[in-house]
Amino acid sequence: MKHWWWKILGILFVLYSIIMGFLGTVPRLDILNETIRNLYFHVPLWFAMLVQMGISWVFALMYLNKYNTKYDIMSSRAAIVGGMFALPGIITGSVWATYTWGKPWVADDPKLQGVMASMIVYCVYYLLRALIPDPQKKARISAVYNIFAFVMTFVFIMIYPRLAPNSLHPGNGGNPAFGKYDMDNNMRLVFWPACMGWIIMSCWLLNVLSRLKKLSQRDDDVRI
Amino acid sequence: MLEFRQKTTLASILLYVLSIVFIGFLSFKSGIRPDIWAALFWIIIFFAGINAASKSFFTETKHKAIYNYTLYDPSDFVISKIIYNTLLIWVVSFCGVLCFGWMINFPVQNTLLFTLTLILGGSSLAGSLTLMSCIASKTGNSYSVMSLLSMPVCIPVMLLALRLTRNAIDGLDWSISYNYLGGLLIIDLIIISLSFFLFRYLWKE
Repeated sequence: MKHWWWKILGILFVLYSIIMGFLGTVPRLDILNETIRNLYFHVPLWFAMLVQMGISWVFALMYLNKYNTKYDIMSSRAAIVGGMFALPGIITGSVWATYTWGKPWVADDPKLQGVMASMIVYCVYYLLRALIPDPQKKARISAVYNIFAFVMTFVFIMIYPRLAPNSLHPGNGGNPAFGKYDMDNNMRLVFWPACMGWIIMSCWLLNVLSRLKKLSQRDDDVRI
Repeated sequence: MLEFRQKTTLASILLYVLSIVFIGFLSFKSGIRPDIWAALFWIIIFFAGINAASKSFFTETKHKAIYNYTLYDPSDFVISKIIYNTLLIWVVSFCGVLCFGWMINFPVQNTLLFTLTLILGGSSLAGSLTLMSCIASKTGNSYSVMSLLSMPVCIPVMLLALRLTRNAIDGLDWSISYNYLGGLLIIDLIIISLSFFLFRYLWKE
């Protein structure tokens, strides 16, 4: 119980958010209508992805500080988990956009541009790791790229949308944020557990993947 | 720095800009819309910048790298590289403006804003391209990796610079552009300090 209580908690949170997300009462709003339920899935997935990218960044910094292979494994796996969460994040966002904004991809929205750019950044990161054969060098160089890329992504997602005037997302470009009036207390009761649940799930996934990587690395060492 | 001896670098990049602008002229004979002008201009500067910055590490042989490693401090070294690349990109963009004005047209109304954008955008491009070129030179298969690495990290800079350029072309009021100028300045500082701090980790073999 000592080691796995948080996994149970994550499962419970996610199950709760899925069930309540489909069955709970939501406010009826213009245009949004029932699609506001997507808030329980789309936003938490992005939060989980951001958390994973942040973990990846912190471990990259720690790797450059100590040159410990463990940190490199954590950093690279966290980037992979982040990518895994970004994909459903984009898909749910697209589904939502189809029904509210009229089409799945609105090119004018700076947040979408930022997301696209950061996806490319992380794809390049995976590619960079695949390109360098030497493990030490791979770890060092990809850590440097990771730090640089994360900061640029952060700038892009956090600063640029606030500068650009034509965002359709709430909270940017003059649109009111969700918290203002269209999220009532009922929704908050589902939304925050959903965020926690997905973040915990992503950490679990990271835990499994990094242990897998460590095992396969040990396996290689034994064989050599 | 030593690189000023390589006059061929500058000449080849300038020739590259000239020929690209000529191609642009041939394809837009009938005149060109301002937003397309801005996009074309920045894409040319970006690729010329990649060309220029890639030279700064790819031409280094292993022996020369070790020689530099024993001789200089990494922070001095990267600062000098960034300054050199910045100057190079400024020269290239200046020549780009000349070529554009000469062959296509020069629609910019707010010249001061445009110059500021060029200066800030050029230095932030130089900062990130220097670091990326160092990374790319470590991976072995260099040039394609270089453009691949630097494309996504330069997107924010490019977008801000594009918007500022469009504002400058349309001669909009300064108050609209302050936000973007501030953003570009912040990004510029972030990029240069990041390159400065991260370079020492790349440096050692």
